[in-house]
Amino acid sequence: MPPDAPDAIIRFDSVSKYFGEFQVLKSIDFKAASGERIVVCGPSGSGKSTLIRCINGLESYQSGVITVDGVQIGQSVAALRKVRDQVGMVFQQFNLFPHLTVLENLMLGPTRARRLDPAQARAIAMKYLERVRIPEQAGKYPRQLSGGQQQRVAIARSLCMEPRIMLFDEPTSALDPEMINEVLDVMVELAGTGMTMIVVTHEMGFARKVADRMVFMDHGEIVETAPPEEFFTAPKSARCKDFLQKILNH
Amino acid sequence: MARFLLVMLAFTLSACSANWGWYVVNPQTKAGWTNLSFLLSGLKYTVLLSLTAILISIVVGLLVALPGLSSNRAMRTASRIYVELVRAVPILVLILWVYYGLPQLTGLTISVFWAGVIALALSDSAFEAEIFRAGIQSIAKGQYEAAYSVSLNYTDTMRYVILPQAIRRILPALGNQLVYMLKMSSLVSVIGMQELTRKANELVVTEYRPLEIYTVLVLEYLVLILIVSAGVRWLERRMQTDERA
Repeated sequence: MPPDAPDAIIRFDSVSKYFGEFQVLKSIDFKAASGERIVVCGPSGSGKSTLIRCINGLESYQSGVITVDGVQIGQSVAALRKVRDQVGMVFQQFNLFPHLTVLENLMLGPTRARRLDPAQARAIAMKYLERVRIPEQAGKYPRQLSGGQQQRVAIARSLCMEPRIMLFDEPTSALDPEMINEVLDVMVELAGTGMTMIVVTHEMGFARKVADRMVFMDHGEIVETAPPEEFFTAPKSARCKDFLQKILNH
Repeated sequence: MARFLLVMLAFTLSACSANWGWYVVNPQTKAGWTNLSFLLSGLKYTVLLSLTAILISIVVGLLVALPGLSSNRAMRTASRIYVELVRAVPILVLILWVYYGLPQLTGLTISVFWAGVIALALSDSAFEAEIFRAGIQSIAKGQYEAAYSVSLNYTDTMRYVILPQAIRRILPALGNQLVYMLKMSSLVSVIGMQELTRKANELVVTEYRPLEIYTVLVLEYLVLILIVSAGVRWLERRMQTDERA
């Protein structure tokens, strides 16, 4: 999208982040339009996870400005809450609450943060459990589920907050191969609903099918950004070519 | 060698049988029954004192542990200082200081019971704080991140996500502290609290039968603590069935 498009739901303006001396994000400029589906890829340690973790304030940043849906992150706790109400996140390690049942996992945010009454929260939880196709697991504890099921619960848990933006941080990297598709299918379906999605993944088949735009990161910089067609067939930079060669021909 | 051991055993046994005077607490005689119920009447205070003190010390311990985990350095230091100071005072000294010293400082008179509760709770809170800190630190960072991602604030994150998991993990240590508290409550006898140990001391003075009376006292604590241990184990099993597949 053009740099100053008014409907950018996420904006990074020369954002830098350091872990001690090490600079993880180097003056990042990045924008996402409402409803846009962006896949972020790059070698490990390139800063792609850090980038998306900044969007809901799980990581702080030292310079520049991040704005999500008009709210600047880093200003106040209230602003951060406002952003988190709009942004769902799915983690590599699922991070379900092990002491709560699936249903309780899903209802916690709606009852405590959205202040819905339990009956409403339960209805929303069941709606999204059906959306991820495991309503029958509502009464189970996370440990009783397979990895693929756990990740689908985690997706449903985020959706219960009815966010405008969903972030996925390598959602299939901790899964056994035979469970990857059940999670990707849910994500493809979600992409069809017009949700703004930023996905860090190495699943290039998914990226081709779903992404409006590819972002390639290396050493804390956005090296290349292009529509998938162009990105996969004619990468411009040598680093990107090299990376694609490695992950597409393994 | 074997013969020597046998002789020693026989000698010890005969010495024992010569000295035991169980009549003093024999429930079948009227005097014995009176003595026994006198000893047992301290049970109520021992239990009440220990339970009140442990409840307060858990709350105080948690309130000390949380700032100890803060990213704010001043809060961490304050928590550290509390733990180090309180942990350094012997319980008996704290009991004496609270009962005899605190009223002079504040102008308020404190009953023996509350002096005991305050001293035991204060002393134990430093240990509870360390237990809570360890328990909370053992919870993976991803749990906080997931809670924050569904927009929970710090208080709700602690209350619904972190503490329920931490408490399951520290339950054995909390059980230990309760046992410790039951035993340490015997020290409150020095300021005149009418708990198990005090009752035993008073009876020894009138009956001159320390061996039997203190043996009953040992058994009283033993039974009490075995019951508490069983209770804690039951609670552990109950709380952990949730998480296990």
